[in-house]
Amino acid sequence: MIAKVTVEEVVRVAELAHLKLTQEETVHLRSDLNAILDYVAELNELDTAGVAPLAQMSELPGELGDAADLSSRRPDQVQPSLDRATVMQQAPETNQVLFKVPKVIER
Amino acid sequence: MSSEVNAAENYVEKPRTLAELRAEIASGRTKAANLVASYYDRIAKINPRLNVYLSLTKERALAQADRVDQAAAKGDSLGELAGIPVGIKDVLVMTGAPATAGSKILEGYRPPYDATAVSKLEAAGAVLLGKINCDEFAMGSSNENSAYGPVRNPVDTERVPGGSSGGSAAAVAANMAVATLGTDTGGSIRQPASFCGVVGVLPTYGRVSRYGLIAFASSLDRVGPFAGNVRDAATMLGVIAGHDAKDATSSPAPVPDYAAESDKPVEGLRIGVPAEYFAEGLDAEVRAAIEKGIEALEKAGCTVKKVSLPHTKYAVPTYYLIATAEASANLARFDGVRYGYRSPASETLSDMYSHSRDEGFGAEVKRRILLGTYALSAGYYDAYYLKAQQVRRLLAEDFQRVFAGLDAIVTPTSPIPAFKLGEKTGDPLAMYLADIYTVTASLAGICGVNVPCGQTKAGLPVGMQVLATHLNEGTAFRVARAVEAAEL
Repeated sequence: MIAKVTVEEVVRVAELAHLKLTQEETVHLRSDLNAILDYVAELNELDTAGVAPLAQMSELPGELGDAADLSSRRPDQVQPSLDRATVMQQAPETNQVLFKVPKVIER
Repeated sequence: MSSEVNAAENYVEKPRTLAELRAEIASGRTKAANLVASYYDRIAKINPRLNVYLSLTKERALAQADRVDQAAAKGDSLGELAGIPVGIKDVLVMTGAPATAGSKILEGYRPPYDATAVSKLEAAGAVLLGKINCDEFAMGSSNENSAYGPVRNPVDTERVPGGSSGGSAAAVAANMAVATLGTDTGGSIRQPASFCGVVGVLPTYGRVSRYGLIAFASSLDRVGPFAGNVRDAATMLGVIAGHDAKDATSSPAPVPDYAAESDKPVEGLRIGVPAEYFAEGLDAEVRAAIEKGIEALEKAGCTVKKVSLPHTKYAVPTYYLIATAEASANLARFDGVRYGYRSPASETLSDMYSHSRDEGFGAEVKRRILLGTYALSAGYYDAYYLKAQQVRRLLAEDFQRVFAGLDAIVTPTSPIPAFKLGEKTGDPLAMYLADIYTVTASLAGICGVNVPCGQTKAGLPVGMQVLATHLNEGTAFRVARAVEAAEL
């Protein structure tokens, strides 16, 4: 039986994810996480000792077709990137060169 | 079926095929400009009810239609999709057009570039009509998680179209586009295709570039087409598939002629039917419709045999751990700094991050970010995330073993037909369970197609999922064509 998620853990995880939750949201999310994590405890029924994690799909046989070369690296050359003016048009606050944000450090 | 607008106005039984329309445009019998105008007229009429399109890209579309008409008049060579009206799910970027990903956090955002799949469609002559509604950040199975309102199923407007590419499926079903692009991370092309009665393609992971796709789960996300019939869907895939230097996970394998592959007869093909997909929870009418589809394949000369994919039941927890973990990383970039929504009046940077994200993200997105963050956090990484990656390998190996003696696997795409709006949203677990049939293929990286396969007594579409091994979309299309030909 997986340990239940505590309110403190929900708050801590919310901090890690930079999400500011209301009291009500915290309560709902705690029970959602508990319900889902119970379901997830089923994975512990499986013995996965010695099974290598599958993180990159390209390692599966057949994924790359007949290509023997797994790397599709490009030459290390500088290429033009996005136009700055176009990008800065999307910025909420800017001096056209930098993104402006509220103070970083609380004094 | 109930709706204010006559359902028949929304749902079109047999719209024109891509091939027919292109031939008419190439010959000059139909002007691309007139065709696109007629699609915009139709959209104006039925979009208020169905809520498929979030924004229209009329200027770009009309300019493209003109280019196509001029080329046709001069007798210049035309692209495979010349003049064909296509809609784009709003998680794929088009320069200067909105890209909301169905979220408030990207309201007002205008991308400065095109997704590769979008560029390829346009280079082939397609006329891009606009951006299509979807579940927020592609998270959902009903298109009820969009911050811009749900999409309604054209077959019965009190029901969901499925998700997350509900809008893309509905657009084709309601003839608001000849074809559309959607994305599939855990079933988000196949399931809505099944709910709306259209063809949806899950390409092999890496078959289509993800450049320009707003990422949800990077090891699972795939871009794929919807169309009204299998051959059109195959044509669409042929246009968007191929290696892209801008996507390090894109496959260098050459792209076959999928439409031609789909023409090949299925006699002698070996089809597997996995026992785990025909067990408890499968609606009786869905089962009956799929069994008719399997009979049709036998009549067409396929040999059908029962197989087992023993780790199937572990697929949904595995998927939710991996997908949410990857999503928590991918959605970290939405912080109010460089683009999108910034919460006003925050005193500190840290507050700005958390207020912007809390105010900009919907409930389901927050839930998944939190679960993913939890699964990756110190103390839980091994028990949750790493364990899920190990089970993922076991699932992939199930398919490898079974495909050694088969050409394709067929299953229902969804255990149930389209449910009513609001029916499932109270219980996140119920929504998760409906993903069982589709997440297995997502985790294994293999390809598949949803092909319409009959209806329930109430007239709701049923879809059959045809799965094939990596890069064998041709085989999946062939089998899907045979089911389509049976006209169930």
